[in-house]
Amino acid sequence: MPTVYVNDKPVEIGTRKLNCVQAADLAGVFVPHYCWHEALTVVASCRMCLVEVGELKDGKLTMQPKVVPGCQTPVKDGTVVVTGEYAKRHPALPALPYDPGYTKGGQPGERAKKAQADTLEGLLINHPLDCPVCDKAGECKLQDFSFKYGRSESRMVDAKNTPPNKPHLSSKITLFTDRCIMCTRCVRFTREVSGTSELMVTNRGHHEEIDVFPGRPLENKLAGNVVELCPVGALGSKDFLYKQRVWYLKTTDGVCSRCATGCSTAVDHNKDIVYRVNARPNPEAQGHFICDDGRYGYHFANSTERITRPLLRADGATRPAPWSAVTPRLREAFDRAAAENPAGVVAVLSPFLTVEEAFLYATYFKGLSADVRLALGPVPVVGQDDTYPKDVRGNPVEPVRFTIRAEKCPNRRGVEAVLRHFQKDIVPFDAAAREGVAAMWFAGGYPDRDAVGADTGTDWKTPGLLVAQDLFPTVVTAAAGFVLPATSAFEKDGTFVNHAGLAQTFPRAVRPPVEVRTELQLAYDLLGRRGLVQAGAVRAELARAVPAFAGLAAADRPATGVRFALEMA
Amino acid sequence: MPRTESDVRWVDEPRLGFWEQLYIPAMLDGLKTTIGHIFRPQVRTEQYPEQEPKLPGNYRGVHRLNRDEEGRVKCVACYMCATACPAHCIDIVAAPAPTEWQKDGREKYPETFVIDELRCIYCGMCEEACPVDAIELTTLYDLTGLSREQMVFDKEKLLSVFDQTTKAGTDPVRTRSGRLSVASETPPG
Repeated sequence: MPTVYVNDKPVEIGTRKLNCVQAADLAGVFVPHYCWHEALTVVASCRMCLVEVGELKDGKLTMQPKVVPGCQTPVKDGTVVVTGEYAKRHPALPALPYDPGYTKGGQPGERAKKAQADTLEGLLINHPLDCPVCDKAGECKLQDFSFKYGRSESRMVDAKNTPPNKPHLSSKITLFTDRCIMCTRCVRFTREVSGTSELMVTNRGHHEEIDVFPGRPLENKLAGNVVELCPVGALGSKDFLYKQRVWYLKTTDGVCSRCATGCSTAVDHNKDIVYRVNARPNPEAQGHFICDDGRYGYHFANSTERITRPLLRADGATRPAPWSAVTPRLREAFDRAAAENPAGVVAVLSPFLTVEEAFLYATYFKGLSADVRLALGPVPVVGQDDTYPKDVRGNPVEPVRFTIRAEKCPNRRGVEAVLRHFQKDIVPFDAAAREGVAAMWFAGGYPDRDAVGADTGTDWKTPGLLVAQDLFPTVVTAAAGFVLPATSAFEKDGTFVNHAGLAQTFPRAVRPPVEVRTELQLAYDLLGRRGLVQAGAVRAELARAVPAFAGLAAADRPATGVRFALEMA
Repeated sequence: MPRTESDVRWVDEPRLGFWEQLYIPAMLDGLKTTIGHIFRPQVRTEQYPEQEPKLPGNYRGVHRLNRDEEGRVKCVACYMCATACPAHCIDIVAAPAPTEWQKDGREKYPETFVIDELRCIYCGMCEEACPVDAIELTTLYDLTGLSREQMVFDKEKLLSVFDQTTKAGTDPVRTRSGRLSVASETPPG
């Protein structure tokens, strides 16, 4: 097996093609870097990952006299990597036979350490000390690395460059030009991943600046990623600008609910308000990036127009009612409806429900009578699948690196799999809407209220008994006798199955508004089970009951972001 | 680093001798101070509120928000004070600074800045944390109000405390003896 020595620790790299940064990571040694990113090409321009490199061959160790950038240097069998953290290696490790000629010019690690400190001093020459007003402060790589690898004082006596800010860069992104350290991650992103090439570097030397062509602002569906890629506070999201200091935010793993790709996200929230959605790298789902629809598409959860409590309609007007009164009435109404005409009862389960919620609802309605029909809610489809990279004219280019799906819902396949378990054929929603059924339960949760209206059409016949559960008032809630609040994907614990059959379990990030009960809890109450629902227990029940979801029961699933391909029937 | 037994130093309570066990010498020692005050000539009682005490400049009373040379709020809304505050009594809403401020390098300013003076424990951590010396604790101590709401000071109220104390010449002692940190300096050129 090819073995690489990182700070004297042997690591086996197998057949992988790695650079020094990745090989060091395998050995548990972090090599600081700015410009290098796993998903982008290597430019080795920041010089932060400088390491000492040598080769161990036949027991003889030959070190290169100069430090080299770790991101650009591939490792092979016998490569010896010495980082600036060499002095902190485990003391029990046997030292490699360093040549006395090499150690005369400094102990192993000293060269790299000094090179990194000098690099940082260079980066800080023109970097303003405006951490107090910078949104990146707290998660800034320049802060972190300066603290860990840099000097405490600046020797710079001259005035710093203060180029003007560029808020015109994009409608959603602003550039604090003076904070930029020219890692060019953003430029490479627009050239390689989004392909739209809006960003470029102008001028030379220490007058280098990131800029766009006049009249060609950074406007593409992946543009938000450059803010996240920026290791310093140069690129700022106008959506998040000055909203929160990052150390107040708590991060919870999430799954994006805005399209069928089901990107893994990191949801940043404070005091039950979602402030930011970032990408969480997941090679199984979407890779390293997320689109702007998902990144900025969290505002619906904080909207003041949401339905926040159960409402009962009497004499044409809706009145708020407590859950303690609503739940028994719902049970009674559906018991009666199922006894009178079971085939006339339709439960519509939207593709925004988690599989656990769909399973509990389906269990309840099929428990009323086997003839009760289950329907799949409207599946919002907008345009075509949008693939990236694109060329400058906006035409897609192969190979595809990111896809924004036309299907704007997270869990159609999961809900379909649950419905198929309970009945052979899934009733399409529009058919049920036009048929004029006796009783309907509409479990919605649509962040975009137009999605429901588009599918009901004009010839929608209001059922005699209609329960509508949704985030916002829609045509369905306007006709419903019972209007129930729904929860957003940030407010529930569950599993979504994406377009490729990948089931991802995610925890709750924020609490729903006080009077809102999650769909899972409501279904649990309707089933007559007592107490608070545990999503994990429902998941285990689902895995036992539905063979397609058997994989969800495995206890050894990875703790963060469950990834396994769901075998679909 | 893990602690070992050798790192721990055990300290015993000092043993009391015969006189210490009697407590009489200690009592007499205390009485000496008390009786001494009876015969001391000067009167120590202050006739408050007729006579107001002169407090040292580093007294920690009501907060003030300082103004810069142009009368704008000096605060840059960095949330350092709110982060340092052990009583969580500071609430700031930040916003991009008005365009005319931006030529002076002001990018961010507090849209609202609220201190709950009842919740505050007057520890002075906010003052210490401030990178631009914008928040200071003044020598005003006689803080009264008729309701809880009146004791929640907003930005205007805190700025008026600045105006009041500057006019009265009771500026607090500067946290760093008048030298401000780099972030508060106007950029060169």
